[in-house]
Amino acid sequence: MAATVLPFEKPVVELVTRVRELRVLAETDPHFEPELKRLEDRAAKLARELFAELTPWQKVQLSRHPNRPYTLDYVEALFEEWQELHGDRRFADDAAIVCGMARFRGRSVVVVGHQKGRTTKEKAARNFGQANPEGNRKANRMYELADKFRLPILTFIDTPGAYPGIGAEERGQSEAIGACLAAMARAQVPIVATIIGEGGSGGALALGVANRVNVLEYGTYSVISPEGCASILWKDGSKGDEAALRMRMTSPDLLALKVVDNVIEEPVGGAHQDPAEAARLVGDAIAAALADLEGLSPEALADDRYRRFRSLGAFS
Amino acid sequence: MSGWPIRKQAGLDAHEKKSIGKGVFRKCNGCGETISAERMADNFEVCPLCGRHHKLASARWRDLLLDDGHLEEWSAELSPTDPLEFTDGRTYTERIATAQKSAKSKDAIEIGRAALEGTPIAYGAFLFAFMGGSMGSVVGEKITRLFEKATEERLPVVLLQASGGARMQEGILSLMQMAKTVSALERLRAARLPFFSVMLDPTTGGVAASFAFLGDVNIAEPDALIGFAGPRVIETTIRQKLPPGFQRSEFLLAHGMVDRIVSRLSMRREIAQLARQLSGLPALPAPAAGDAVVPPSVSVPP
Repeated sequence: MAATVLPFEKPVVELVTRVRELRVLAETDPHFEPELKRLEDRAAKLARELFAELTPWQKVQLSRHPNRPYTLDYVEALFEEWQELHGDRRFADDAAIVCGMARFRGRSVVVVGHQKGRTTKEKAARNFGQANPEGNRKANRMYELADKFRLPILTFIDTPGAYPGIGAEERGQSEAIGACLAAMARAQVPIVATIIGEGGSGGALALGVANRVNVLEYGTYSVISPEGCASILWKDGSKGDEAALRMRMTSPDLLALKVVDNVIEEPVGGAHQDPAEAARLVGDAIAAALADLEGLSPEALADDRYRRFRSLGAFS
Repeated sequence: MSGWPIRKQAGLDAHEKKSIGKGVFRKCNGCGETISAERMADNFEVCPLCGRHHKLASARWRDLLLDDGHLEEWSAELSPTDPLEFTDGRTYTERIATAQKSAKSKDAIEIGRAALEGTPIAYGAFLFAFMGGSMGSVVGEKITRLFEKATEERLPVVLLQASGGARMQEGILSLMQMAKTVSALERLRAARLPFFSVMLDPTTGGVAASFAFLGDVNIAEPDALIGFAGPRVIETTIRQKLPPGFQRSEFLLAHGMVDRIVSRLSMRREIAQLARQLSGLPALPAPAAGDAVVPPSVSVPP
């Protein structure tokens, strides 16, 4: 995979790359240890400073970073006995959403996640992570499977949104999403959602009606893409930066609005600079959320979710 | 979100403008015939010549559907706040104030208890005139209360939807209303109470992709725009023109997404029948010959 470096992350990427190189050297020659330690500290400090200044729009760019770990990267790092289950048993298998059974730290779980592609070919095959109705119906089927066998549901959210196309409308995109929300609301099992990249609109929410919602530090969650918001409000899709600022879609805002329960701090320079460490942090956050829900009865789990969403909104 | 294009009338004085604005005559959007505004209003904005359904204000919907046109309103006092301190040139607070003034409502929905041909129901109706019927926190909360109260009081729910979708000015909190309302709807379902989802023009975005398609019976008005994504978004995405009739009620019926297309003028009877059948209530008396199913001033088009 060719590494993409966004202009604003360049200084951090350079430092992180040097740290990585030194780490390899230090393994064979302890002589490099002090230099490694010094650089690691500097990289962390610089990244913190630089990334503290990131605009919401730059964070949107990070959430969409082509090198960012995707659902299947987390699946590989976090689960054992992963077996993908395909298809919605109605129309097709939508590769924009991957589903399957696995073990998470010994426990059987059902996994549902959006999946983007790396290569041009895979991007097209996975439709840039934008599900058609059949993708959402596959997810729905998994929620029902999990509920039937009382297994926790772990979702990974990373989509610009559900696909807006002719076929999607013909096959009932609205109904497919609505049915997902309903199935998640009903399920009497623990549901933990993690926003690993882009949380775009209804397509994201179809995997988002969870007891606990985590977001990675540079993940986003919004009702519409910033470009879409700009094109509606100002008839100018290029004003995404302005819209990203107004919509309060980055992790600190989401936490303040109580839309997410937990922000998972990312490794220096972002999850894509150290995917293994990112996966470890995500795994720990999921484990903590599951532990938090441990001991709740099936009915109590559904009630917990009901209360969580019932309280969201602002009015007088 | 849409708005009527405002065409400037040149060379009219204030008085003339006012009398035209009041509209003695209306041009039908369907057949293009000029019809007296009074006749159109008497017919609940359905063209007496071609049957085209034009938008109908919520007060007139009450007259059309509810016994004595009466709604015992719930939570009418709920008013939006500005949690994001959102501005797009104008602040959201200003937009709310303007909308509240012109729509004479705190937000884009009314809910309450009513009766439909003698059958008690929980009723909700979107006000499209209020910011395009968009769903923010107030709309989400009121729909949630509608489902909760109906569950508690064991009432069937009739919900008329006319909405462009989520309200952008409330950002992610608007999206959360989709989850909140559907969660409440699931409790209504668990209590085995019917939900009649009535889709008016338009029903799109976050309203379509949450409760709208989860009705026990999904009813659409003729020729309503119904869909997940707006036509403009789809055209931009696929870079081609959409076929005529795309995302209209008839298209949805053909694709199996709505159960019935029902004229506004027979909706009262149709929903009442279904509500009574699903609730195990005895049949309504058959309308006697010559008895109007719809209010007497209404002429049903051919």
